[in-house]
Amino acid sequence: MSDGPLIRLEGITKTFGTGAAAFQALKGVNLSIERGDFVAVMGPSGSGKSTTMNILGCLDQPTGGVFRFMGQEVQSLTKDQRSLLRRKYLGFVFQGFNLLARTTAVENVELPLIYRGMPKAERRAAAMRSLERVGLGPWADHTPAELSGGQQQRVAIARALVTDPEVLLADEPTGNLDSERSVEIMQFLRELNGQGITILMVTHEPDMAAFAKTIVHFKDGLVNYIEAGEGAHT
Amino acid sequence: MLGTSLLLALREIRRHILRSFLTTLGIIIGVAAVITMVSLGRSVTADISDQISSLGSNVFFVFPIEGDRGQFRPFDERDVIAVREQIAGVKSVAGQVEANVTAIHNGQDWDSKVEGVNNDFLDARGIEMDEGRRFTQAEMEAGANVCIIGPTVQDEIFLPNQSPIGERLRLNNVDCQVIGVFATRGSVGGNGDDDNSVFMPLTNVQRRFTGNDNIGYMAVSYDGSYDSATMTKALVDLMRERRVLLEGQANDFDIVDTAQINETVQSTVGTLTIMVAAIAAISLVVGGVGIMNIMLVSVTERTREIGIRLAIGALAREVQLQFLTEAVVLCCFGGLVGILLGFGLSYSLASILGFQFIFDPGINILSFAVSALIGIVFGYFPARRASQLDPIEALRHE
Repeated sequence: MSDGPLIRLEGITKTFGTGAAAFQALKGVNLSIERGDFVAVMGPSGSGKSTTMNILGCLDQPTGGVFRFMGQEVQSLTKDQRSLLRRKYLGFVFQGFNLLARTTAVENVELPLIYRGMPKAERRAAAMRSLERVGLGPWADHTPAELSGGQQQRVAIARALVTDPEVLLADEPTGNLDSERSVEIMQFLRELNGQGITILMVTHEPDMAAFAKTIVHFKDGLVNYIEAGEGAHT
Repeated sequence: MLGTSLLLALREIRRHILRSFLTTLGIIIGVAAVITMVSLGRSVTADISDQISSLGSNVFFVFPIEGDRGQFRPFDERDVIAVREQIAGVKSVAGQVEANVTAIHNGQDWDSKVEGVNNDFLDARGIEMDEGRRFTQAEMEAGANVCIIGPTVQDEIFLPNQSPIGERLRLNNVDCQVIGVFATRGSVGGNGDDDNSVFMPLTNVQRRFTGNDNIGYMAVSYDGSYDSATMTKALVDLMRERRVLLEGQANDFDIVDTAQINETVQSTVGTLTIMVAAIAAISLVVGGVGIMNIMLVSVTERTREIGIRLAIGALAREVQLQFLTEAVVLCCFGGLVGILLGFGLSYSLASILGFQFIFDPGINILSFAVSALIGIVFGYFPARRASQLDPIEALRHE
């Protein structure tokens, strides 16, 4: 691996639509994220934070600029290569949990491993370990409908963790949770970060962003300023 | 990768078990219908073919019919001799006359018919003896009062545990001795019961029942190495010459060729079977459209799920393969159930209608292959649509 930062955005632009209807969501974002960081991305809606997250998650391609992930220029990769990159290095946690309905917790967690072609016994064991890691071992056979919001989000985190990703991308992970569950999830993310996982999180709640080591503020499609979070001191 | 998509597809089907079953119902019905129709067609063909072969193989039946000047001229023994001696390839010629009679024995009476025949006739029609013996040369020449009875006559007049051989039987007012019972030959084409008959030497029946030398029809059996068209032509030429028919005049006789009847019936039933099976196959296609419909709805309904799969690193072709596999698995499952249903239906229908059940592995394999193909064809479009979703859009989908 390269010695540079884990993630490097250089002059990233993103334009949606063409001609008169074109809208420039990102106007030249520069950002470096080091391995082991816990970054919260903040900003008002329309500031470009979600677009940036989509690009960082390799779900979307920038219009211009250079995006390096582990030294690799992502914008030159094909769609399939980006899928494989997500499969290998990235874990996703979404605001709406996005678990498969009518599918048990353990089956949800083992989904990424199925795409990796892991044999059944090994897959099941890894999924159980991951569920235990988020404290939901006893809930393995429950479907999302039988779990609370906080539990569902922890299943989603277990699913993101099961592949031992390099980076965990969390898009408003506490957006659908009450403040008590939110704090629980944030403490858990901080714990994971302590174990060495790089975390990128989008949030609009300053309380939640405070758990991060670094807080990046977006405004009008650009990075406005970067400050240290409380997490940096613990 | 195929194992992965098979696993995911099976999970998905299990998650929506009722919907999966209803989706595949069209295929089940289509396959069952095709198999039932084809099996029944085969059964009917075999049944008819059996009946026709009970008439004897390589046999012509020659009947006098009304000519175009309204003349009706029966055959007699001289025609029999002419055919036997003047046409190459003829093995035997047997004349037959018949009359309705009442058979009486020990106070039991039964309406039957007497057929005047010689042993040649038994050979031509392939009639076997169940009990007793055939006519002797002397009995045939003398027109003796001996008879061979059919199984129906035996059942109706004689006691079940009593051998009729040697017994006296009265036909109208002619007394005769039973010398044999012929083996059942069934009935041909609903023409009454062919087992309800009594055979007596031809000359005896002519003398004592019909009162003339006429012959009702001739059974001409020929060597199988001769071709039936050649034989027919030779027969027609000979009979026209004998009956002095001028050019342009219609035949006042008819030749029935069992081989040709069999061929005609086989091809007619075959055509009908194909037609009915084709109609049944339409429901297979409709079933395929049903699968496509549900799969498209399913793709829309599962947009978010597809987004999740793509986000956690599923390749577009993996998503496509999963949906395609779902459709194919559903169709194959439908095909299997349809085959079982078709088997049950054709088996019970054959036994209800009294046909022999014929299992045709070809149509079963074909139907299964076609259902799998339908899965591929009608699953392709929805699967492709699923794989082309944009993960960000798909995740945002409510």
